[in-house]
Amino acid sequence: MARHEPWSAERATGIIAGHTHLEGATLPILHALQETFGYVDSGAVPLIADALNLSRAEVHGCITFYHDFRAHPAGRHEVKLCRAEACQAMGSDELHREILGRLGCGWHETTADGGATVEPVYCLGLCANGPAALVDGEPVAHLTADALEAALAEVRQ
Amino acid sequence: MSVTLYVPRDAVALGLGANKVARALFASAERRGLDVTIVRTGSRGLFWLEPMVEVGTPEGRVAYGPVTVKDVDALLDAGLATGGDHPLRLGDPEKIPYLARQQRLTFHRCGVVDPVSVDDYRTHGGYRGLEAALRLDAEGIVAAVRDSGLRGRGGAGFPAGIKWNTVMLAKADQKYVVCNADEGDSGTFADRMMMEGDPFNLIEGMTIAGMATGATRGYIYLRSEYPQAFATLKEAIANGVTAGVLGDNILGSGKSFHLEVRLGAGAYICGEETSLLESLEGKRGIVRAKPPIPALKGFLGKPTLVNNVMTFTAVPWILENGARAYADYGMGRSLGTLPIQLAGNVKHGGLIEMAFGITLRQVIEDFGGGTRSGRPVRAVQVGGPLGAYFPDHLLDTPLDYEAMAAKKGLVGHGGIVVFDDTVDMAAQARFAFEFCATESCGKCTPCRIGATRGVETMDKVIAGIRPEANLKLVEDLCEVMTDGSLCAMGGLTPMPVMSALTHFPEDFRRASDLPAAAE
Ligand SMILES: Cc1cc2nc3c(=O)[nH]c(=O)nc-3n(C[C@H](O)[C@H](O)[C@H](O)COP(=O)(O)O)c2cc1C
Ligand code: SF4
Ligand code: FES
Repeated sequence: MARHEPWSAERATGIIAGHTHLEGATLPILHALQETFGYVDSGAVPLIADALNLSRAEVHGCITFYHDFRAHPAGRHEVKLCRAEACQAMGSDELHREILGRLGCGWHETTADGGATVEPVYCLGLCANGPAALVDGEPVAHLTADALEAALAEVRQ
Repeated sequence: MSVTLYVPRDAVALGLGANKVARALFASAERRGLDVTIVRTGSRGLFWLEPMVEVGTPEGRVAYGPVTVKDVDALLDAGLATGGDHPLRLGDPEKIPYLARQQRLTFHRCGVVDPVSVDDYRTHGGYRGLEAALRLDAEGIVAAVRDSGLRGRGGAGFPAGIKWNTVMLAKADQKYVVCNADEGDSGTFADRMMMEGDPFNLIEGMTIAGMATGATRGYIYLRSEYPQAFATLKEAIANGVTAGVLGDNILGSGKSFHLEVRLGAGAYICGEETSLLESLEGKRGIVRAKPPIPALKGFLGKPTLVNNVMTFTAVPWILENGARAYADYGMGRSLGTLPIQLAGNVKHGGLIEMAFGITLRQVIEDFGGGTRSGRPVRAVQVGGPLGAYFPDHLLDTPLDYEAMAAKKGLVGHGGIVVFDDTVDMAAQARFAFEFCATESCGKCTPCRIGATRGVETMDKVIAGIRPEANLKLVEDLCEVMTDGSLCAMGGLTPMPVMSALTHFPEDFRRASDLPAAAE
């Protein structure tokens, strides 16, 4: 089941309009767009620029600065693996090699079946129970490669 | 008879299956015709016992943990509903030594209350700090914060009272209170626990800050890696407005304070306060040169009080109990309590709130119980990715801003990450550069270029290519970054690098017998 809607300029315009009353609305808009479409389509740039009275360059610059925002559609599910020190202390580097090997993709990449995109993150605040991951926003502590497969199977249902 | 069960919804507990446990408890109780109410609390921070389930009995709460779905039927068979005996029974949670030994001023409600209930918060002493603040004028509130000795808990340890006073005295048509909830440091989770477990403590602290500074609007800038905290904060804020403790005419005082939570987008540098403000304004999170300081020219150019979650959440206790009572905790110029976060390769990781002055060794040995792997501790990183790696002989250093600085380390946000003897310190030094290169805002050359050069040079050291010459280059790079960076991202990256090199030199010369011709 697709979690995201296909890109639609009309829908995006509506989402943007719903946020323009906020002080500093860019990030809330970008989050809302990515939540709806799974990424921020380049077609959104002029729409945001118009609505917020910014230059297109400013909007583009903002999108590209942040690790969270992506310019292209991703897999149906999102796996964030923590690469920071407390997880390293519990062997996350080795675990990540195993996980990426099993999924057959690299960092920022999507599995061949389009099922999942894997992103590195630096700390999820689960540091006393690492290695840690977020699967579609749901935390997984004491992560193993098997536990990740189980978590992915669960969100795929 | 109705039974109340408490099951955490803290992210760690969820990561260990708390939702499934809660569902299983409800279903199993229903099958037995048992009338149960399940309250989803935060965590008390005894993370090796999560999910820790508590039951309300006439004699007080009884805890069980760690509970998995397959324990649920046996637990109910054993009379969990009345505090019955079972191998997972932990008894009164507050008598568990890990918790009983702590000095919980800020965290005393976390894991106890329903985080989104204003009534529950008030039943457990909430809003007494704000009530006390409303009996004072702005100067009186600021004086209390100043006299408590409270220093910013976000890392730099700047006296909170001075900052509050600056914003209070600033003249403007609009002022802001901004909470730095970016908590980007590895090994830290106190902010997250508080926002998930007792968000009204933060809301109350920020509201008091609004009263003290004359700011009528506030923002919580929250990192996007914390979706559970985001949901909890939004729910708490909405409930607060309904209950009249937020918004207009707070508690009938005629004063108003409007609060909103905003998500970051995965950039460590947005924890730096000026970068955070840029981000909040909707721009790239690039560090601003100071001056002007945010207290005078902050969000949208207006006077803005920026403090960390732990700084704000210390304030209600201070207002309720008095500045002196708070200042009685701690040592030297580090007063009050520090929420210590113990993480990494450790048996009993968790949240430990103690007065400043406890040593690293006491935290790791007395609370942590050694490594999870059972191997010897080799290195301990304190204060996040920009903090130093300490070897065993520095573990008797007390947690105190000045004492840590004297050992070329920092307290930071109070995160302690334990590594066992399998750690490769050259790899950790390389990672420090890599992290800086990934997360640098790019504004200044020493950090932007220096970090990338650091990775390249460490790669050569690790490959055994002219290690002595390349280590000299690493040292030079560190000097340039320390002296020439605009902010502490580039300025402090040398701290993990140089501490690793200083205290664990053997890891940097492993391959040094390779022929130089390898280059
Ligand atoms: C690279 C960098 C990252 C930072 N990250 C955080 C953070 O995640 N949370 C935080 O409260 N302060 C962080 N700080 C410190 C803030 O700039 C600032 O000192 C703090 O928000 C002030 O609040 P306090 O006085 O209550 O600590 C960071 C600083 C730097 C240089
Ligand atoms: S030190 Fe790094 S993060 Fe800080 S201002 Fe310079 S480039 Fe940006
Ligand atoms: S370091 Fe991995 S969750 Fe914090």
